[in-house]
Amino acid sequence: MIVEATRKFTSLAISNQDQLLFGTCPHPLACGLGLTLGAGQVFPEVNFTLPPMSITAATWSDVTAHYEEMAAQILRRAVALAVPGIVLEFELLPAMTDEPEWGAEVTAILKRHLRAAHQKHHLPCALRVTPTDIRDQQKPPLLRTGEPWHRLRRSLELCAQAGADILSIESVGSKEVHDKALMFGDFPGIVFALGVLAPRDMAWLWSEIVAICSAHPDVIPGADSACGFANTAMQLAHQKMLPEVLAAVVRAMSAVRSLAAFEQGALGPSKDCAYEGPVMKAITGMPISMEGKSAACAHFSPLGNIAAAMCDLWSNESVQNVRLLSGNAPEAFTEILAYDCRLMNAATAAGGALALRDWMTASDEWLSPQAAVLSPAATLRIAAAIVAEETPYRQTIAAGRAAADLLKEGVTAEKLHLSRKEQQWLTRIESGLDELPTEEAALIAALEEQYGSLYDKSSYGL
Amino acid sequence: MAQNQDLYDAILNGDAKKAHAATEAALAAGVQPMALIQESMVPAMDEVGRLFECEEYFVPELLLAGRAMKGAMELLKPLLTASGQKMAVRVVIGTVKGDLHDIGKNIVASMLEGSGFEVIDLGTDVSPENFVAAVEQRKPHVVCMSALLTVTMPAMKLTIDALQTAGLRTQVKVLIGGAPVTHQYAKEIGADGYSENASGAVGLVKNLLAEA
Repeated sequence: MIVEATRKFTSLAISNQDQLLFGTCPHPLACGLGLTLGAGQVFPEVNFTLPPMSITAATWSDVTAHYEEMAAQILRRAVALAVPGIVLEFELLPAMTDEPEWGAEVTAILKRHLRAAHQKHHLPCALRVTPTDIRDQQKPPLLRTGEPWHRLRRSLELCAQAGADILSIESVGSKEVHDKALMFGDFPGIVFALGVLAPRDMAWLWSEIVAICSAHPDVIPGADSACGFANTAMQLAHQKMLPEVLAAVVRAMSAVRSLAAFEQGALGPSKDCAYEGPVMKAITGMPISMEGKSAACAHFSPLGNIAAAMCDLWSNESVQNVRLLSGNAPEAFTEILAYDCRLMNAATAAGGALALRDWMTASDEWLSPQAAVLSPAATLRIAAAIVAEETPYRQTIAAGRAAADLLKEGVTAEKLHLSRKEQQWLTRIESGLDELPTEEAALIAALEEQYGSLYDKSSYGL
Repeated sequence: MAQNQDLYDAILNGDAKKAHAATEAALAAGVQPMALIQESMVPAMDEVGRLFECEEYFVPELLLAGRAMKGAMELLKPLLTASGQKMAVRVVIGTVKGDLHDIGKNIVASMLEGSGFEVIDLGTDVSPENFVAAVEQRKPHVVCMSALLTVTMPAMKLTIDALQTAGLRTQVKVLIGGAPVTHQYAKEIGADGYSENASGAVGLVKNLLAEA
């Protein structure tokens, strides 16, 4: 079964570059306890995790003690710094999704802390809960049936019942194909995964998540992230294992599969690690979360400042509950995010948001191909290319072509400096785009021998 | 014998079809399988490794070269078996229990294979019991474990403990890797080595086996 979109985005919600900036969007989102996203201010979204430890029934009391401590300390710092609002994100670890009651228990703990902070300090706040997509436990993964999916579904339901304000996921449908294609630099395989398989799984999965949320009127279907695809490419590029130009083009193309969540009724904010978020914002007009320099606790990136240029939530990605000189790391990173947001909000209040956005953009834009496709101007080019096409397959190709063109123009203008090897890869990507068949059916057939055994066709309605 | 330049170049360029054809041609001309491996295939992969190390090659070039070599090896394996010859070193590799991340593990496996080792890939979410069973059944010289999550790192120690309990620990070298793993952690849990990247892992395997 192929799940059809309940809404299609055929034009841009934001087409004026000057209106594509942090803290504001055409469709602000009220959520949680008195918080509204995208209505003029940027808020911290703090994400936190356990230090190295086993998660078992025997250690469970230690696990919950960590979450009690992290929530208390994060909110203590938020109140001390008078943040105008805050989102806590609880990303379940795999064991907590495998045992859905565990994830729900932690959700309830965190919500209790948020309620207390809201009641005592009138702190606008919300809880985003992100179960782990555990559907890839067997090969080929069964995405729509089987025990992992049933556990994931139950986890989503129990977390919604336990107090989640926003449900999200970093879904992995088609990763079984994309990983291999990416590692071999096989461009048709990458497009097949991102433009044919992934949008099908996204449409199905998000129709399920939206249905779960509709049974819990206070729970918002947030959005997804191409973390398992484009962030994998980004990190491998960071380690010099993949070309940066390939990571940049993959990022642009991944926006199409992430858009499928919104086409099923997701309302945002997109996930912090979805660096394709600005494209979502331009197309849907809904708020997004982003992460950059203040997520260095979790991973490095060449997008530290530019990632903040269009954000509505500003996140640290993930930080372990370990002791630093100042205090525990989650509390320390709450402070870092709070000051980042203060500066953006002060700029907005003083009428300087556009100038700050442009400085954040200019400071990164031409130092990395991945930053070059993330500027407001590049975002609008990629977003416009996507909405001009009708099918996810053609949208994915269009997004890839727009990104490749942007990179080539940057090189021609001598703004973007690529090594010989990166330039060779850019040429190879352009050729790869030109050689793709017009119709996806032809690509599916052409890649059957190479990738057919890696994925379960019924999981994609094929 | 001299290096088979066609085979060497085909592997270096990641051209599986040419590598296959060059191997077939060499065998037809009477070249011994082990000579092809030692004089052409391993040197080609050594050069691929060098190019990767000095950042001239990305992972795709590396993997394509490995695939070309593997394809050629498929022609040679039956001949080696028939003549009683074996691959020198066997490595069991897997991502530990609770962890589904496998890109790093796959790169290490491919590089090990490209360096001439026989690699048995157990996949992801591998329990200590399954590592033990693989060591018992396949008799590897080395066990490599990978973890990307801080909360799955303890499974590395559990696996080493399980090998110890099964009386197999002294029969294998145990190497660990993955983003949150450190040299210090390797020492703490009694692993024989740690590498922060794939090419380092290959060197580590070679060094450990040379010392053994």
